[in-house]
Amino acid sequence: MSRFIVIRLLQAIPVLFVVITVTFFLVRQAPGGPFDADKPVIPAVKRALEAKYNLDQPLWQQYTSYLGDLLQGDMGPSFKYPGWAVQDLIASGFPVTAELGLYALLIALFIGVLAGVIAALKPNTLQDYLPMSAAMIGICMPTFLLGPLLVLIFGIWLDWVPVSGWGDLPGDKILPSITLGAAYAAYIARLSRSGMLEVMSQDYIRTARAKGLPESVVVAKHALRGALIPVVAFLGPAFAGLLSGSFVVETIFQIPGLGRFYVQAAFNRDYTMILGTTIFLSTLIVLFNLLSDLLANWMNPRLRQKIGGKA
Amino acid sequence: MGGETNVESGNRLKILHYGNYGEPQGLDPHVVTGVPEHHIVSALFEGLVQKNPYTLEVEPAAAKSWDVSADGRVYTFKLREDARWSNGDPVTAEDFAWSWWRALQPALGSQYVFMYFPIKNAERFFNGEIEDFDKVGIKALDQHTLRVELNNPTPYFLQLLDHYSLFPVHPPTIKKYGEPHESYTRWTRPENIVSNGPFVLEEWRLFKYLSVRKNELYWDAARVRLNGIRFYPIDKQTTEERMFRAGQLHSTEDIPIDRIPWYRANRPDLIKIAPYVGSYLYRVNTRREALADVRVRQALAMSIDRETLINTVLNGIFTPAYAVVPDGLLGYQPPKLFDYNPDKARQLLAQAGYPNGEGFPGFELQYNSHEQHRKIAIAVQQMWNKNLNISVQLQNKDWKVYLDDETTGNYDVSRGGWIGDYVDPNTFLDMWTSESGVNRTGFANARYDDLVLQQAPRAASHEQRLELFREAETILMENMPILPIYTYSSKHLVHPSVQGMPSNYMDYKNYRYVDLQAAQDEN
Amino acid sequence: MNEPALMAEQGTSLWTDAWLRLRNNRLAVASLIVLLLLVFVCLITPWIAPYGYEEQNLELGATPPSAEHWLGTDVYGRDMLTRVLYGGRVSLMVGFIATSVALLIGVLWGAVAGYVGGRTDAWMMRLVDILYALPFIIFIILLMVVFGRSILLLFLAIGAVEWLTMARIVRGQVLGIRRQEYIEAAVAMGLPTWTILRRHVIPNTLGPVIVYATLTIPQVMLLEAFLSFLGLGIQPPQSSWGLLISYGAETMEEFPWLLVFPGLALAITLFALNFLGDGLRDALDPKASKD
Repeated sequence: MSRFIVIRLLQAIPVLFVVITVTFFLVRQAPGGPFDADKPVIPAVKRALEAKYNLDQPLWQQYTSYLGDLLQGDMGPSFKYPGWAVQDLIASGFPVTAELGLYALLIALFIGVLAGVIAALKPNTLQDYLPMSAAMIGICMPTFLLGPLLVLIFGIWLDWVPVSGWGDLPGDKILPSITLGAAYAAYIARLSRSGMLEVMSQDYIRTARAKGLPESVVVAKHALRGALIPVVAFLGPAFAGLLSGSFVVETIFQIPGLGRFYVQAAFNRDYTMILGTTIFLSTLIVLFNLLSDLLANWMNPRLRQKIGGKA
Repeated sequence: MGGETNVESGNRLKILHYGNYGEPQGLDPHVVTGVPEHHIVSALFEGLVQKNPYTLEVEPAAAKSWDVSADGRVYTFKLREDARWSNGDPVTAEDFAWSWWRALQPALGSQYVFMYFPIKNAERFFNGEIEDFDKVGIKALDQHTLRVELNNPTPYFLQLLDHYSLFPVHPPTIKKYGEPHESYTRWTRPENIVSNGPFVLEEWRLFKYLSVRKNELYWDAARVRLNGIRFYPIDKQTTEERMFRAGQLHSTEDIPIDRIPWYRANRPDLIKIAPYVGSYLYRVNTRREALADVRVRQALAMSIDRETLINTVLNGIFTPAYAVVPDGLLGYQPPKLFDYNPDKARQLLAQAGYPNGEGFPGFELQYNSHEQHRKIAIAVQQMWNKNLNISVQLQNKDWKVYLDDETTGNYDVSRGGWIGDYVDPNTFLDMWTSESGVNRTGFANARYDDLVLQQAPRAASHEQRLELFREAETILMENMPILPIYTYSSKHLVHPSVQGMPSNYMDYKNYRYVDLQAAQDEN
Repeated sequence: MNEPALMAEQGTSLWTDAWLRLRNNRLAVASLIVLLLLVFVCLITPWIAPYGYEEQNLELGATPPSAEHWLGTDVYGRDMLTRVLYGGRVSLMVGFIATSVALLIGVLWGAVAGYVGGRTDAWMMRLVDILYALPFIIFIILLMVVFGRSILLLFLAIGAVEWLTMARIVRGQVLGIRRQEYIEAAVAMGLPTWTILRRHVIPNTLGPVIVYATLTIPQVMLLEAFLSFLGLGIQPPQSSWGLLISYGAETMEEFPWLLVFPGLALAITLFALNFLGDGLRDALDPKASKD
């Protein structure tokens, strides 16, 4: 098992290297540079700016010096916000986005698994259709619609919670977390419903039932773990997706998170910021994919036996 | 919600909560360029002069008085003895001279450096043609006297002094955190910054807010009513409007256009809409074969029904424009050579060889992805189709791609806009000269260049200067490399408790005048 | 060898059984009918739409539903019914084609990686990791610069991102299936890998794949709206459900009908797809057939 982890971690090195290299050269091919503006920059000023940020050097030289700095933990200054180093900006945005993503995921898991399990117990009846339909609202209503709608209802009309902010006013974390979580609840509901259906027809569940265990125990103790394997496989990419995909929610609710940095960096052609956020996120993606593979292994009784048998 | 809103607590504590569009790129007056930065920097720093927000007349600030020589070329400023930096140092004429010397360092990368170019030899010093700063027309005669010599009499020069690129910076602080020509050092961080304006930087929370508090050492502190301002960087207009409605903001940077009828009907007292010194227009690429014929361009201009466009889709908030300079700049009247006239437009198109649009190859209208540009383009596309029977493709592009295509001439017709840097026709006319970097249309006219660049700056009188500008603009509009559409308006939502923030032509705010008075209806 | 005949027979019976089971699921059948109806209406839109989709009436502006305009009009006075119908053409096409692209690549990639395993698996899945990580917006902008803007590129761009999760899901399923007795039997029989994949492995992943695909379709429809914002995809005056919803969301207080009707269209499609997807999943469940 530990050998498996070590191999996967070693594999992460070339993955990150390729991501950095491809991104580095990719972003410079995109039309428009970081200093292009409506009012064109005076040539002398542009030359000075390019010299300051080493943009006047040959590309490969910029690349090697970037790699050198990166190894020392320096991602350079942001081109859009030059007073700040990229690693400082990431450090300020990540905790916010991670917290938002975590709450959203918890909400999504709670709603999703609950709806999925209830639905799977009596498939193709009203007990199936109602919770599944409710869970699907999150997909029918994309974040750019659900967010403003929730704000309108609960922030403006009912005046229960603040309309924006993060940690400034009491209750301002509720709406963003729900908005972001809703989209994922539907996925989790569907995945856990189908996982549950699959598991419930398996022999070990029949055995458990035959032993006369109450249905709630069968579900909670025996079925759930197997049923959630596809959910867990989904969680890895989902959490990474939450981090980079929180952009819309962060914009709607004025949240100073990483998602906004990541998307705006691309629009601003903020080369160092694009690279920094990409490296950071790809590290997370690799880690979370690994984590979710490990969890899925551990939860799958069939696979576990094989791995356990070998060990 | 039971709690106190920002507006309520702000009124009590005299803290203005201000919607400020975006996160400031920085706070160094010589380096920053954008509107959100402008709002913050003008709270922190002060130039030689300021403007009255009601009249836009220039008023004394760091300078208590000034003399202008008879030929209009030499300005002598008397600085106040009681002006202080926020650390207690006096603000001196040397500080100004040093600050301006710093702004003219090419390595600093000051993008508004052209604001200095009316000053004698400033451009040559910046370009490295002269090395000796003594030859530049900036001189501290003594601690409180600054003499500035210009190349030409420049009627708008005093206005420029209120632009943040000419604000002073505190030399010892700059030197402490880096070289003078180094941009974005740590000197603008809250713990380091020293400034001379009515407010000092208190807290800077990235992408959340930036707050300033009253500067007790400011020479005119007695007149400053606010105890502080909190600037919120808000990317999204609809979010800003809702924050305003929920009482989180005193004022907004903008109003979503579709929201305006609601406010007009229900709370007309909250909206502040006023003409703004900016032009919305379409650039035409005259190098394109189909658009090279001036009659085609005129036909395009005449078949846009500006009145209807503005009164319907845009809810009547802008002023139709038929020339590039906004109406009434310093008494300037732009020429009006055409009107909405679909019949005349069809005739012109027929004369150009496309009767009823037949055989016209069509073109692409590009705009940067933005709600308002899209709205206008959709209506204009349909007007051209209906009036001229020509097909136009719309293409939205992300901002940088759009800019790249426009500057490299890779477009047919492109949305454009221009906000005047100062109140003078020149800021709208010198951009269409043949060597200008913002022309981008292929329009080049020797007579036009001569009028704008040579004759107008040397004009004997204000009236004569305006006459020359008018002649130039007439040439521009006859050739029609641009299709003017409307004159901008500034639009804000402002809470009734906010006093002293009137609408004006420059959308200029002077926080020294602002006060918060809880209104009577607010129990 | 009589193996192909055997396989063919097995193949038919799988699908016939599935169809028989699906027919008994009334909700799924109803959903299928709704979907077919939607597709049909969108196909004949140019002949039945009451107005032109670009036809403006600026003086009229945005009006709520009325006898002349059943679903109201937008700020240009354009008929919303017409625009929702035309928008459906775009959205359904994008949804189905791009999802098919993603499905094709994702299922093949995931199945091969999961089944072959070992170093091949590692290489294939690390490539997926890399593609996950690249900055999507820059990638799209570059695609446009290199290939120009076209609807074909839109399908490709969407397919290119959506297949990644699909591949991961399929691979996870295949890892489980690979160790089942019937696969080991097939291997023992000496069947070629490709045949095993096609006949035994991929059909057994169909359940989760269908469920995920039905979730992908609406996602793709909304992604199209975002790509249109970047300049890829469709341009005004054309529209799609995703774009209508995103514009409608901006004016939900002023003109709620601009949001409600395209939203309903998307929701109906989504619900129908999901119920049909569930029905299909149940119908194709190999364990159900054993009972």
